[in-house]
Amino acid sequence: MVSAAELWRVAGRVADPEMPMLTLGDLGILRDVEERDGRVVVTVTPTYSGCPAMDAIRADLRAALREAGYGDVEIRVSLSPPWTTDWIGPDGRRKLAESGIAPPGPAPRPAGPVPVTLGRPRPPCLRCGAQDTEEISRFGPTACTALWRCRVCHEPFEHVKEI
Amino acid sequence: MPAYDDPHGTGLADPYAEAGGEVPGGVRGVDLGAYCLMLGDDALVMSHRLQEWVTRAPELEEEVALANIALDLLGQARPLLSRAGAVDGSGRDEDTLAFGRGPGEFRNVRLAEAPNGDFAHAMARLLLFVTWRLALLGRLTGSRDPALAAVAAKGVKEMAYHREYAAGWVVRLGDGTAYSRERVIEGLAAVWPSTAELFAPSPVELRLAAAGVAADPASLRPDVETVLTGVLTAATVPVPAPPPPCLAPAGREGVHTPALTDLLIEMQSVARAHPGATW
Repeated sequence: MVSAAELWRVAGRVADPEMPMLTLGDLGILRDVEERDGRVVVTVTPTYSGCPAMDAIRADLRAALREAGYGDVEIRVSLSPPWTTDWIGPDGRRKLAESGIAPPGPAPRPAGPVPVTLGRPRPPCLRCGAQDTEEISRFGPTACTALWRCRVCHEPFEHVKEI
Repeated sequence: MPAYDDPHGTGLADPYAEAGGEVPGGVRGVDLGAYCLMLGDDALVMSHRLQEWVTRAPELEEEVALANIALDLLGQARPLLSRAGAVDGSGRDEDTLAFGRGPGEFRNVRLAEAPNGDFAHAMARLLLFVTWRLALLGRLTGSRDPALAAVAAKGVKEMAYHREYAAGWVVRLGDGTAYSRERVIEGLAAVWPSTAELFAPSPVELRLAAAGVAADPASLRPDVETVLTGVLTAATVPVPAPPPPCLAPAGREGVHTPALTDLLIEMQSVARAHPGATW
């Protein structure tokens, strides 16, 4: 019998392919890891519906578990409950900031019809700390990030947008 | 590149956990399958039209945005098509449904299949499509079907971003220069007649709405109108009069415009040329 903690440790330390400073554990997309009749069953959830990294994540999880001695692995993708940036823990936020990516603020939790908002809270500049930043593009190089720019030091940066 | 042990491209070795769940009591599998096809086809076809902007968008940032939105819609289409094939008794997988059906078997609304025009047209169409779909998915978060509820709960969060993007551009273009204003008003006028179909319920939708699985599309109209009126007012663009009701069979019955045939010829060409191929 393998301990669940050991399986979580092996699967949780796999790096995210698109933001490799984070592990899947940091990102909060690893939902369940367990052993069932000698087979390791891992459940992951995508960050966004169209996250193109899911195939790579599946392959990396299989490879990491195989290396740790677990050859019989099933990977399930579950959409529910939907991922939220609130699942990125303090470690993940610190690693993002250290890599120059502004961590997300609290995710919005609208009740009822989703209101239209033309503008979101502004992340402060990680380089100079200025609050005066502006969004360049809400859609950045990965599904999770938006592109921002500091209006004081003029440095562009990525920001994990709240969802 | 790491070595992948799953087939790629068209092959999905590990299906979504929700796709194979049981059909809710009192609901016919063929009805649920037909409804999942409607919503899946809306997302798949709209995604393809957005993908056509890649390499053609006016700015790099807009290209990245349109590609991201297209990816999210494709990501919504996949579990919906998987669910459709799992519950309708046909056993078809998502690839067979996406790449193996002719235009008459697609159930998307015509708004999604209309050919692309200029960028203002694209923003007007996207605003209408996303506002409507966001209202629809908002209702489906409470669906008795766990797969629909899961797709909806995930979709509403990302589609709020899609709607903000389209709304931001419609405001910028409408309240911009005389030329940008003219283009967005023209784009809106081109897609506006298609909105009648968005609120016209098909018998399947009505049966499933009564069973607590679907939303009656007619009930979405007030929410959609509130959002559109707000955005168009901010854009200083006049709100067009409601279009004449949709009386003839249209997308939900598989009656499409020739534009869908053209779209499918391109979208399905690789799968038809190389049946069963993976990459």
